[in-house]
Amino acid sequence: MKIPYYPGCTLHERALDFDVSARECAKTLGVELEELPIWTCCGAVFPLVTDSVMEILAPVRNLAYASREGDKLVTLCSFCYHVLKRANRTIRTDPEKAEKANLFLRADTEAREEIESYTREDYTGQVEVIHFLEMLRDLVGYEAVAKKVRRKLKDLRVAPYYGCMLLRPKKEMEFDDPEQPSIFEEFLETLGCDVVDFPMKTECCGGFQIVSDEDLAIACSRNVVSSAIKRGADVIVTTCPLCRYNLDKKQEEMAKEVRGFRKIPVIYFTQLLGIALGIDGEHIDFTDNYVDPRPVLAEKSLL
Amino acid sequence: MRLRITSEHIKGDIIKRVEDLSGQSLLECYQCGKCSAGCPVVNEMDVIPSEVIRLLQLGQADEALDSKTIWICASCLQCASKCPKGVEFSSICDALRQIVLRKRLSTPRMDADEVSAIMVSDAPQMGVVGALRKLNG
Repeated sequence: MKIPYYPGCTLHERALDFDVSARECAKTLGVELEELPIWTCCGAVFPLVTDSVMEILAPVRNLAYASREGDKLVTLCSFCYHVLKRANRTIRTDPEKAEKANLFLRADTEAREEIESYTREDYTGQVEVIHFLEMLRDLVGYEAVAKKVRRKLKDLRVAPYYGCMLLRPKKEMEFDDPEQPSIFEEFLETLGCDVVDFPMKTECCGGFQIVSDEDLAIACSRNVVSSAIKRGADVIVTTCPLCRYNLDKKQEEMAKEVRGFRKIPVIYFTQLLGIALGIDGEHIDFTDNYVDPRPVLAEKSLL
Repeated sequence: MRLRITSEHIKGDIIKRVEDLSGQSLLECYQCGKCSAGCPVVNEMDVIPSEVIRLLQLGQADEALDSKTIWICASCLQCASKCPKGVEFSSICDALRQIVLRKRLSTPRMDADEVSAIMVSDAPQMGVVGALRKLNG
């Protein structure tokens, strides 16, 4: 099965460990992620004001590119998923904005010959944006994933961290229950993990505020990390490069502020999937992690 | 805090602008406070989310626009998820930010050259792009 794939800027560069592990996992599961021939940044945040057309142009342009490659578009980063899905919904539900956005796309086509073939027709919201987790559940099937598991992770206590962007707002994301989601837990159970439920799994890590107000974001992240530790987790898994950064790399600062702070590794769900599928080490790279997950994985005989 | 409340304030252009930009009806809010209770950064705010809405209901746009709160919100949307009336405070916050940023009323915003070197070299691009779009417009 081939499926169009949108990596987004962060996975293209700073979160290569996420991108590489995901592609390899998909391959092992019989899915070929076909990166869009042309794509740009999605804009990272979705405008919450009603009059903004400019801010949805980047995601709509990417969706228009994707519409030439297939009827679905898979993405991994929570921010990209959030922005693409909401922009797509805007095109489907707001004819005025859809028309304006398409006017800009047409102007684009005239200006840039190399994308001419991509945007001849109006984009009407026909692409279905799906997250890699949804792809695993709905297209591959968790049962099929379970059959490919070569290494059961039964001794590993894993805390699934959803964060904000996958779940909220519910009526637009339609991803899972915003208060009591389960897609991540079901995925981890498929791998045989000991799933750790923790109350902060849908709380904010501080998001982009890490750039403008570091202390604020670290306080948010510390609440999330401490909650998972308190519930006895060995490792936190996430779907978002910014969450990974805030929760993992900022543990250095957290340790300075809280006496006796115990560090916990934070890894991408595709890295854990890769380990379960028996994918070799070069595709499961932990060198960018501040808190090294290898000791705990080795302790559980998973490396 | 001394507030001057008149029908002129309450029906003022800027209040209507907040409602139009945010797509939210301010009078829907009956001040249950669940948005403030659910907000992960409420401790850092000078005016809590439900108070910002109350100020706007009373026509006190300047108090809301001058608050630190609007720059602290990380748009995690917990407030919107918790509200029993479906009011999205995060959208009201974005509207207030946009009113300031578009008119350049004051400068509690972030310029590109204020992004620290470590963030430029280390942080995920989405964080830097997100912060600048939210705080610079």
